[in-house]
Amino acid sequence: MTVPTSFRSGLAEDYLQLVGDSDEYGAVALVTELLDAGVAPQRIMIDLIARTQARVGELWAANEWSVAREHAATAISERALAAVAARTMVRPSRGSITIACVDGEWHALPVRLLAEMLRLDGWRVDFLGANVPGQHLVTHLHQTGPDAVALSCMIATRLPRAHAAITACRAAGVPVIAGGRGFGPGGRYAQHLGADAWAAGAEEAVQRLARNWPPHSPDPQLSAFLGDEEYTYVVRHRGDLIGTAMKTLAQTYPRLREYNTRQLDATTEDLSHIVDFLAAALYVSETQIFTDFITWTSAVLDARGVPPVALRVGLEAVRSQLHDYPTAVAVLNAGTHLVK
Amino acid sequence: MTAHSPVTTGDELVATPAPALLRAALDAASEAVLLCGTVDDKILLVNTAAATLVPGLAPGGHAASGPLPGLARAVASGDDDFTDEYAGRHLHGRRRALGDDHYGWYLRDRTDEVVRADALQAERARTAFLAEAGRRLSASLHQGRCLRITAELAVAHLADAAIIVLPVNRRHSQWVRLVAGGTVQEGRLRENVLPGVPGLVEVLGGFPPIPSKWLDAAQAPEWLLPDGFGPIGALLVTPLPGNAEPAGALILARRGALAQFSTEDEMLARIFAARAGAAISAAGLYREQVDTTAVLQADLLPPELPQPDGIELVGSYQAAKDALRIGGDFYDVFGPTEKSADTVIALGDVCGKGPEAAVLTGKVRQTLRALRLVEAAPGDMLRVLNQALLQSTRQHRFVTMVVGSVSRADHGRVHLTLATGGHPPPLVLRTDGTVEEVPTSGTLIGAVARTVVRPADVELAPGELCLLYSDGLTEARGGASGTEEYGEARLRDALSECRGMPGAATVERIRQLVSDWVHGGARDDIAMLAVRAPDRTQLSLRTGARNASPFAIDAPRRGDRRVRQRT
Repeated sequence: MTVPTSFRSGLAEDYLQLVGDSDEYGAVALVTELLDAGVAPQRIMIDLIARTQARVGELWAANEWSVAREHAATAISERALAAVAARTMVRPSRGSITIACVDGEWHALPVRLLAEMLRLDGWRVDFLGANVPGQHLVTHLHQTGPDAVALSCMIATRLPRAHAAITACRAAGVPVIAGGRGFGPGGRYAQHLGADAWAAGAEEAVQRLARNWPPHSPDPQLSAFLGDEEYTYVVRHRGDLIGTAMKTLAQTYPRLREYNTRQLDATTEDLSHIVDFLAAALYVSETQIFTDFITWTSAVLDARGVPPVALRVGLEAVRSQLHDYPTAVAVLNAGTHLVK
Repeated sequence: MTAHSPVTTGDELVATPAPALLRAALDAASEAVLLCGTVDDKILLVNTAAATLVPGLAPGGHAASGPLPGLARAVASGDDDFTDEYAGRHLHGRRRALGDDHYGWYLRDRTDEVVRADALQAERARTAFLAEAGRRLSASLHQGRCLRITAELAVAHLADAAIIVLPVNRRHSQWVRLVAGGTVQEGRLRENVLPGVPGLVEVLGGFPPIPSKWLDAAQAPEWLLPDGFGPIGALLVTPLPGNAEPAGALILARRGALAQFSTEDEMLARIFAARAGAAISAAGLYREQVDTTAVLQADLLPPELPQPDGIELVGSYQAAKDALRIGGDFYDVFGPTEKSADTVIALGDVCGKGPEAAVLTGKVRQTLRALRLVEAAPGDMLRVLNQALLQSTRQHRFVTMVVGSVSRADHGRVHLTLATGGHPPPLVLRTDGTVEEVPTSGTLIGAVARTVVRPADVELAPGELCLLYSDGLTEARGGASGTEEYGEARLRDALSECRGMPGAATVERIRQLVSDWVHGGARDDIAMLAVRAPDRTQLSLRTGARNASPFAIDAPRRGDRRVRQRT
């Protein structure tokens, strides 16, 4: 990142400190001062707020910050963003766009930031927020008839639902621009799921939507179905796969039986992640979805001093139930190889 | 063939007139035949069929200089095959060598074949066009989008420009226009300019359309098409049939002096317009419904919360998974009045789901709003509400709810008086992370004449939070099995982890945890309302414990690091 000259040195650290301390007034005052000093609102959003948010995620992953602190910091950044937005009015000069996070997706800040960036670029923006069920999204499209939908997906396990939403939006005649890490490196999975375009971040999305929109795309029904019988099996037997894996674990670790509800829930959730990422990998036919998840999880576990054997045992507990499903086994093996 | 066949005795044909029998045989054939000399391409014989088909062909002429340019080209380039058009007939010729010195051109009239093929192709194009029209028009329930799609389809398949004019509404007509290669334009027209377009008023009035050939394109007013479109060659005004009255008119224009709309074109335009009209009028109906629903919904949706000084209020409402975002759960906040500085909060759950339940929540909220004006204490409000509901509802419906009055106390503290009627008691998150249940209880509201309500007082220190919630939260089914309830224990744990978070982040986090828990399964309504005593800096966050392992399965080895706090 090139630091704008109007950002004094240490500004980013100061801001991180403020959001980390839940100092809403301080954070809002800081961005307001920047605006008053003539810094473009886009630069504050992208170079300060978005950059800091990425730092916050890293601090959590590295076990430097607690989940509570991470959430609190995100809430403060939302206020700061709202403060920037409230002070910058732009007359709409482009079409209208609906912005939403896919069903089950809760990372609202990057999407809210995109909403503000597009508003500054002259779009009329409907921001539907986090966790928007596909049905609500399509109802909204029928009621408002926007020129585009921007759909965010940060976690690959939501891809099947993202796909359903993309297909439904396009079937309703509204082109979709996808965004967020969940769509894979370079947005590779977005194309697979039938999105009309993909953007890595808010700035790219603004640029992409500013020209050659809407793009010409094939009939959405051509890409309406993905996945195969292995995907179907894994999803339909999700509960059994997780339940049986828990029993296998209990045999390996007898002390699992002494766990309290919270610990059992946590373990169940970790196993659910394995099954859900496996399902997403099968759905999109991309082993990388799973191997990326394993790489990320390994790093997070490492930061917390958890030995990798835990992950390996979890993978084995799932794999041992899927002998008849060669693709699923291959995906799980690819993941297991990454665990040191 | 024998050595005596005409083919091998060609030399004789040159020297002498063809034997009468040969000539008669060729004349009797239905296929047109030209016999030519190999050396000079001179036509030696033209049978009757050939002379009839192409009267200009005569013996003695040169094959390359006859009336058939296709034949001339084939002769010049030595091709064995040509197609040609002569006097409206489609011809196909094949060359056959007849010995070394002669060859014959066998001509076939394939006009019928070509016409059939053209018709088939045209039919296929029409079918593909109408199929595309059906697919795209049926996809959207938004009228503006339907209009744009209609214009796009018409310009892609029927004309150089398309204008859709909607029926007059309050002395104005909306229009949408697209010229090939341009972008869709929209606008409004005054009613009195419409008669300027030939045939438009008739079509909008529901009368049969006037055939294109009777419409004088030159009379079209200038405003109809943008500058630079050029003179209109042909104009077609087609009705867009709607629900017993026209949904509008589709005006098509073609450029150039020779342009016209054939009868087939008019038919196709009419079939297309029928589909477009159905889609546009259905979208119109849908819009009316949506507008009506929106008006009715407006009072039923969760309110914008006031933000009284020194009190943080956060609400969250998630309707059961359907398109109508209203249901039986509700919350409301009534700000201070002239008489009372307290803020009154309420959260409740009407038995039942969907619009019927939502209507009752509207009544309850309205009753509370009125009660709040007479300065009733929370317990009294519930008692009066109980009486009101028993007297008003015809069906047997009851409500569970929590009502509270919130006020500021000294040192940034917040005081609440809470009363419940058959509702899960609110939870309080203390600064040290402990979660307490507010000791209030009471019976269902609207079920029996005598209610018992035991209110309770709660005091929140800065950073502490009180959460009112509906049982949709604790009864959300999910987990690994998909059928296990989220339960109060998990809610308490989740709340405890939110120590030090702003109210909005806390509510959002609990929503997220429950959403993850149900994993996209069916959800009941979930309402939450949090009251928090704000604090400026939350030191506990900075000094708070770091995350424990997200992977609890190895916990047996790691003793007390099992406690898990992450997503």
